[in-house]
Amino acid sequence: MTSTPTIGVLALQGDVREHVWALERAGARARTVRQQDDIAACDGLVIPGGESTTMSRLAAIEGWFEPLRVARAAGMPMFGTCAGMIMLADTVLDARADQETVGGLDVVVRRNAFGRQVDSFEADLSVPTVGDEPFPAVFIRAPWVESVGSEVEILAEITEGKRAGTIVAVQHAGLLATSFHPELGSDVRFHRLFVENVQGSR
Amino acid sequence: MDEQVGTDRVKRGMAEMLKGGVIMDVVDAEQAKIAEDAGAVAVMALERVPADIRAQGGVARMSDPEMITGIMEAVSIPVMAKARIGHFGEAQVLQSLGVDYIDESEVLTPADYANHIDKSGFTVPFVCGATNLGEALRRITEGAAMIRSKGEAGTGDVSNAVTHMRKILGEIRRLRSMSEDELFVASKELQAPYNLVVEVARDGKLPVVLFTAGGIATPADAAMMMQLGADGVFVGSGIFKSGDPKSRAEATVSATRNFDKPEMVADASRGLGEAMVGLNVADIPVHHRLEDRGW
Repeated sequence: MTSTPTIGVLALQGDVREHVWALERAGARARTVRQQDDIAACDGLVIPGGESTTMSRLAAIEGWFEPLRVARAAGMPMFGTCAGMIMLADTVLDARADQETVGGLDVVVRRNAFGRQVDSFEADLSVPTVGDEPFPAVFIRAPWVESVGSEVEILAEITEGKRAGTIVAVQHAGLLATSFHPELGSDVRFHRLFVENVQGSR
Repeated sequence: MDEQVGTDRVKRGMAEMLKGGVIMDVVDAEQAKIAEDAGAVAVMALERVPADIRAQGGVARMSDPEMITGIMEAVSIPVMAKARIGHFGEAQVLQSLGVDYIDESEVLTPADYANHIDKSGFTVPFVCGATNLGEALRRITEGAAMIRSKGEAGTGDVSNAVTHMRKILGEIRRLRSMSEDELFVASKELQAPYNLVVEVARDGKLPVVLFTAGGIATPADAAMMMQLGADGVFVGSGIFKSGDPKSRAEATVSATRNFDKPEMVADASRGLGEAMVGLNVADIPVHHRLEDRGW
């Protein structure tokens, strides 16, 4: 099926606008999801970058976890970047004890694993799933994937330096997640991959 | 695979992640935890909030590194700290502590009455205050990765923050309406580099995130500033100089997120106790106004 899917961007906090732009460039109809009724209008959902502690707290106060889990359980594809990846992870390390996640992605994620802002970096990553050309990845106080369940597909790892072998992009069962921020550049191949996932799921 | 730290994209991107959020001034670990619990996206670590600096007078400087690192250890959200305008020595110290953002702030006593810090040479990103578009673009040229309105810190009077946001956004709208051959003179009038003026005219926005600051004291203040076009809110003295900081912190976060839903702002505003004691900007002698610091 190739019709234009509607993809929402969860707008609790964070770089919502950048995802909307990237999704539109990737061929989707993009919209913000500001209230819970908006979820039903979407074929897929992006959970953006932001401050994961804040995002999780707002989601808890406003009662978002239940409707998001229901949507996910019903098969809605979701794509989380950075804080969004933390929100999709089943297990989070180095977070506040009360930090809740939507879950569903069978991975263990370590929050702020790459360090503080002075350690944030850009690097070109090999991501064969999105093409031969290296992907320009922006890591900002980024988490990494500490371990994955047996079903989870690893899309990208750091290949050089002291952190070689660190997993930074994964997907499984309609859920896509990156440690870095594909929405901050002009390369929309990850968004295109997600749009294809959404088209394939309908 | 080369890893590059301190690039424009990494510095500006960090501020993008804070959008829709509230950054709160805190003076110790306990306040930092209250801010984090309330849903702040970051805290600003400083020894005295602007209202106290204003009341006590004297030279206001960078805070004690001991106090800043204490706050960095206490919370998991980003920690910002203030350096004096032009004081690159303080900025170097703050960078070495590993703070996540430096505010080159008019709230502290300026160290250099001609030059701001050359921020492009630092790995840590900077936020700077601005009262108009030209000032914002000059700060961006020096390497600022985030801009905030100056407002008038430590007053609880939101009027200057409104003036500065309207001015910056109004000047952007004016640039958008200009023809290409008018942008040369616009650059001259704004006293800002031509290439940045062209970029703003094309995109209809600053190339970095624009927060509001300086006098925001109530949930309705925050909601109004967001509707005026702020990407997020700094609250200085407004929270911890009020009667019930915990409730006010939560209410400010809620109003910032739900800025376009008056009934939710109303709910957030209920029973918060006393707001910080206000000081009318008009009653402050001109030479005591912080907004005029920075050039």
